[in-house]
Amino acid sequence: MFDELNDLYQQVILDHCKHPRNFRELDHPTCSAQGHNPLCGDQLKVFLSLDGDVIKEISFLGSGCCISKASASLLTESLKGKKKADVQQIFDRVHEMVMTGRVTGDVGKLAVFAGVHKFPARVKCAILAWHAVMAALKGDGQPVSTENQGA
Amino acid sequence: MKTDATAPPQKKKAVDWVTIRADFPILDQEVHGQPLIYFDNAATTQKPRAVLDALRRYYERDNANVHRGIHELSNRATAAFEAARVRAAAFVNARSAQEIIFTRGTTESINLVAQAWGSHNVKAGNRILLTEMEHHSNIVPWQLLAERTGAKLVYLPVTGDIGLLDLSHFDQWLAEGTKLFAMTHISNSLGTINPVSELCARARNLGITTLVDAAQSAGHRPLDVQEIGCDFLAFSGHKMCGPTGIGVLYGRQEVLEEMPPYQGGGEMILNVDLQQSTWKHAPHKFEAGTPDISGAVGLHAAMDYLDAIGRHKIAAHDQELGAYAYAKVSRLKGGIRLFGPHIGRAGLVSFLLKDVHAHDVVTVADQRGVALRGGHHCNQPLMRKLGVESTARASFYFYNTTTEIDRFSEVLGEIQNFFGG
Ligand SMILES: Cc1ncc(COP(=O)(O)O)c(C=O)c1O
Repeated sequence: MFDELNDLYQQVILDHCKHPRNFRELDHPTCSAQGHNPLCGDQLKVFLSLDGDVIKEISFLGSGCCISKASASLLTESLKGKKKADVQQIFDRVHEMVMTGRVTGDVGKLAVFAGVHKFPARVKCAILAWHAVMAALKGDGQPVSTENQGA
Repeated sequence: MKTDATAPPQKKKAVDWVTIRADFPILDQEVHGQPLIYFDNAATTQKPRAVLDALRRYYERDNANVHRGIHELSNRATAAFEAARVRAAAFVNARSAQEIIFTRGTTESINLVAQAWGSHNVKAGNRILLTEMEHHSNIVPWQLLAERTGAKLVYLPVTGDIGLLDLSHFDQWLAEGTKLFAMTHISNSLGTINPVSELCARARNLGITTLVDAAQSAGHRPLDVQEIGCDFLAFSGHKMCGPTGIGVLYGRQEVLEEMPPYQGGGEMILNVDLQQSTWKHAPHKFEAGTPDISGAVGLHAAMDYLDAIGRHKIAAHDQELGAYAYAKVSRLKGGIRLFGPHIGRAGLVSFLLKDVHAHDVVTVADQRGVALRGGHHCNQPLMRKLGVESTARASFYFYNTTTEIDRFSEVLGEIQNFFGG
């Protein structure tokens, strides 16, 4: 059933959407930021705790569709322990992957989102948490909206 | 052809909806390898061949600019444009064609009133009474007006998921400095049909100007502006089998004559000097620049088409489909939250499946050939009131069938299993 959809809703994605990981608020985050997709009302907030340049803890809270929740959940898993400086590169790879389906370089488990590019209306869902993380690391405390980010 | 808007309900003669469906070439196709089931009619309806042919005929034979020309084609184009105005007047039972202004659609119609009527009549401290179920196009123009003038917006509340208006303070709020009362006839996200005639009468008794947003009703049921008793009524051609880009603002003649123009430019003037100009009477005063002539021609064909079927029959069929769908999906096992009144609803269902986001519902349904809409439906304040971010919506038109609704319901069941398991 739903063969065509398995590209989008991979088992890993369904699992993370039903059981999101790191789904909580951090007690003393170094930084945090709100992400909002006004088209569907998705709202989420990411929390980061940094040790120098390293992401020690990362979590999120919020509500949204399956794709945006799973994306946020997998993002927290993949960025934990990463250096701040590496995040931009991972973001660029994920961004290109969900826009075009092309995977350049290692994205680990995040490769499950490669199918999103076939569903243009859902690209913003997959990228929302990433915009929020970039905003949190930039640290200007401004909420980000998918409508001001190009995608 | 004459409108049946004021005629008594027609004798029962069964309509052959299957034959009528064949008038819509676009419906005969597959998407993602499945037969298309188009359930996004509240956003825009499909166009029958009669409308497509009218557009083609106009461009192949009659196209020219209106009003200014003396040559034959310009005469024909002008005649066609003005015939559409006469037709629209009959369609809503206006007293004369002078009460019909062509606009781009409901949104522009309401903006025209907010600017031309509003700036002239609304002062600091006045109130504009709206309802919580308004489309953004019947909220934001009034917010802009309130910003300019210092007026205040007041909203009739909606009573939770059942989606009816709470009228307990209606008369009191009307009496407290309300200048204008604007409301939707049919809610695009709840399917509520509001008692516009009764509410407009109560407002009119207090000398309050009234506007009805008929975007969701114009193509679905007979409309009679004299019976409703409103000062303004707005609708869009594209939601009633017509082309995009054309809509109507009905305005009561006395009110229109007192209003300043909306936009300035050609067509609307009598005489232009370097420092000042004089303008035509309504409706031309409100139609600056070259209008959407082919749009008006297409809308004319759409109105003829709808009345050939009979809007009473369309309304009855709509309600049947709405009630059938409501009953059908409320029996789904996995849990569904339905919005809008249980009975007397328009032909749409707005819903949320338990633990499945509306956008996931719409994405999966699309892969099954079913075109739904998910989101806030341009009703963000209403969504907030209901405590949801979005809903999924299936909205029907007369070419839809109960067989399609059965399939839709089956797909919802599959979606519940897919995400719920
Ligand atoms: C109730 C209602 N009002 C107004 C509008 C706006 O119509 P348009 O976009 O054609 O101007 C819509 C369209 O969705 C609607 O459903």
